[in-house]
Amino acid sequence: MDESSRNDDMKLELRLAPPGAEQQQQHWGLINGIRTTTKRDESSVLSLGYFPHATITTKGSPSSTTTSSSQAAALPLHNNADKKVFSPSSANTAVPNTSQKRTAPGPVVGWPPIRSFRKNLANSSSSSKPPPPPPEHHNKDYGGGGGKGMFVKINMDGVPIGRKVDLNAYDSYENLSNAVDQLFRGLLAAQRDSSGGGVNKLQEEEKVITGLLDGSGEYTLVYEDNEGDRMLVGDVPWHMFVSTVKRLRVLKSSELSAFTQLLVLFSVGGKQEKDAT
Amino acid sequence: MKKAAYSFPEEVLEHVFSFIISDKDRSSISLVCKSWYEIERWCRRKVFVGNCYAVSPPILIKRFPELRSVTLKGKPHFADFNLVPEGWGGFACPWIRAMAGAYPWLEEIRLKRMVVSDESLEIIAKSFRNFKVLVLSSCEGFTTEGLAAIAANCRNLRELDLRESEVEDLSGRWLSDFPDSYTSLESLNISCLGNEVNLLALERLVSRCPNLKTLRLNRAVPLDRLPNLLRGAPQLAELGTGAYTSEMRPDVFSNLAEAFAGCKQLKTLSGFWDVLPSYLPAVYPICSQLISLNLSYATVQSPELIKLVSLCEKLQKLWVLDYIEDDGLEVLAASCKDLRELRVFPSDPFGLEPNVALTEQGLVSVSEGCPKLQSVLYFCRQMSNAALNTIARNRPNLTRFRLCIIEPRSPDYLTLQPLDDGFGAIVEHCKDLRRLSLSGLLTDRVFEYIGTYGKKLEMLSVAFAGDSDLGLHHVLSGCDNLRKLEIRDCPFGDKALLANAAKLETMRSLWMSSCSVSFGACKVLGQKMPRLNVEVMDESGPPDSRPESSPVEKLYVYRTVAGPRLDMPGFVWTMDDDSALRIS
Repeated sequence: MDESSRNDDMKLELRLAPPGAEQQQQHWGLINGIRTTTKRDESSVLSLGYFPHATITTKGSPSSTTTSSSQAAALPLHNNADKKVFSPSSANTAVPNTSQKRTAPGPVVGWPPIRSFRKNLANSSSSSKPPPPPPEHHNKDYGGGGGKGMFVKINMDGVPIGRKVDLNAYDSYENLSNAVDQLFRGLLAAQRDSSGGGVNKLQEEEKVITGLLDGSGEYTLVYEDNEGDRMLVGDVPWHMFVSTVKRLRVLKSSELSAFTQLLVLFSVGGKQEKDAT
Repeated sequence: MKKAAYSFPEEVLEHVFSFIISDKDRSSISLVCKSWYEIERWCRRKVFVGNCYAVSPPILIKRFPELRSVTLKGKPHFADFNLVPEGWGGFACPWIRAMAGAYPWLEEIRLKRMVVSDESLEIIAKSFRNFKVLVLSSCEGFTTEGLAAIAANCRNLRELDLRESEVEDLSGRWLSDFPDSYTSLESLNISCLGNEVNLLALERLVSRCPNLKTLRLNRAVPLDRLPNLLRGAPQLAELGTGAYTSEMRPDVFSNLAEAFAGCKQLKTLSGFWDVLPSYLPAVYPICSQLISLNLSYATVQSPELIKLVSLCEKLQKLWVLDYIEDDGLEVLAASCKDLRELRVFPSDPFGLEPNVALTEQGLVSVSEGCPKLQSVLYFCRQMSNAALNTIARNRPNLTRFRLCIIEPRSPDYLTLQPLDDGFGAIVEHCKDLRRLSLSGLLTDRVFEYIGTYGKKLEMLSVAFAGDSDLGLHHVLSGCDNLRKLEIRDCPFGDKALLANAAKLETMRSLWMSSCSVSFGACKVLGQKMPRLNVEVMDESGPPDSRPESSPVEKLYVYRTVAGPRLDMPGFVWTMDDDSALRIS
């Protein structure tokens, strides 16, 4: 397609101003999207001499393209003969300890590209028996609802942006704890490292988040129930937890005892924390 | 306005224009001359805004003062896969407020991937006397309280469709808020709701609305209530069941089978959560009339699926889990010669080993047997260039081809080569291809093919592919009709992006995440292209706290006439003139 006919076609595209409005430059609202791609525009961009010294690697291993997106940390280094995948850091790790789940790749965020409500079909439905009777007026979604997950917010001390987890994707506290580790491990490292430079540093600094449930770790998992109270995760049977949890928090264990004291003194639960942050 | 030598008075032109419905044609009309522009804008009734940030409510209202139907889309497509953090944007409220003031006669609102509050729903409920259609597709932010407001106030509501939205389900009582005098419902889709709705209210609603054609229930509606519902609406054309399981009892079964048989107009079936296989035969009597079947939640094995599918000779659209396996797809190819669209979803997407016997062969069979096949979405674990080649040659009429090989960067499993040639064959032979999603091991060469042959391509999704900027350059410089490009985890960087900056103004949007685009390049792009919004997302802190050469986490670029948006959350930075100056 030659330049002039391409220009003509572009002129026929939907715009939000009358033809001839190209001349009006007063206000954003009046400027329509001019589509003409003149050589001049292109070359002016190129001629800025942007990054003649650029050190961006445009080739190379997948791991160099990963930014602070920690969840993608376990991109497989593809070896045709070997289907097992390891992330760069775990390849250097010695004997895996019990909380080391790196023999299988950590889930890559958003891959495979399916909607959340399609994720747990194999587990959440059993075609051989009828479903349990619908729950009595709980706030809980019915076993994944219309195929939809049961999403609760989760925030972690030191990480500004919260996340959501689908509790229907887990059937035990241990699985939930592992998921929390996967979710926040990289983000936490990114927070610690946010003043620094490069990308690759992040993967080396990621520490597994352990001991969420038993108070032995640097962080502890707590939740807010349907009565607004702050509770330690792990006390009640899993299904009871799922039916009453409203949101989750990952708190620094060192702050927990002080917080517990506050709870006792003020019995205000969640509101206290919202005010504090 | 000068009424010069016109052959036709305004009213006649308006009448003629009323037959022109397509947006593109309407746009062409408006460009003929100033008076046609004026006439057209006053009589435009329906508008589609593909990116709510490309334009603003005041701009829209100023140009089109008499709209009856508005469609808005918010978040980028990759939001479906959790790549867009919460709070990013796509807020419907400003639009709804503005429209409430400007369009008292608005009848239809369709929103996709937007954040809708209960307050917005209340405004809709109270502001539009003749409100008829509300479609909230993949939206979030509202509760059943908002729905109650709609039910209670919209006397003329025809359609309420919540497809795939995230609704905070506080109570099923909202359905009872439709007054007894309300009978105009034609379409109801509540399949995304988690809790039980008031079943009695539902039954009464269904039976008093004689024009009800579409009813999609949620999982919580038990199977034994379905016959009653069906008997209340024998004119139904589209049904989504609830959970498709119950204690196996012959009377329940025969009741159900009879009720299905009574629905002579039923053409579309969906739902089928928790399927008890022995209940599937209840639908056999109507299979021969079905044109669309969504079994993508039905976790039943291949034999059951085969029995069902082989009876649906008129089937045009099938969504199914990979339990159907290659064998089942072969039966599909033999039985359903009218098939236009096939989607095969993974039953175990995160498993490392295949759990079902579904390979590339299934898709090849369908491509051979179904001459009208146009649209494919296929998840599998292995693919070969040979298979893709065969599919391309069999089906040059493909318009949408989305292939997801579950393991990123999987090569041709036979030759261990990249799948460049296979996808190349697809774009070469399928000359009307409008949408393409790539997967597997791919080099820059596949992008060369796409740039060369993908002339009609409008949307391209790329993940874990390519070697260098050349790949991106091929696409941006070659695909003349490209509107949406979404890329993740590819080694594409600054050069291709900046060299093709002008191209971005011809597209709706570009998404790049986990690539190699530097912050500095984003600034340059934002500075040089004032008609683009260049937004950088970074959850680890302001990008200017790192060197300019640092890659950004996520980049979202879109054309706009509304300038930089003002509702960005803390992790989104806009690279416009002002901010660039401020930072440097």
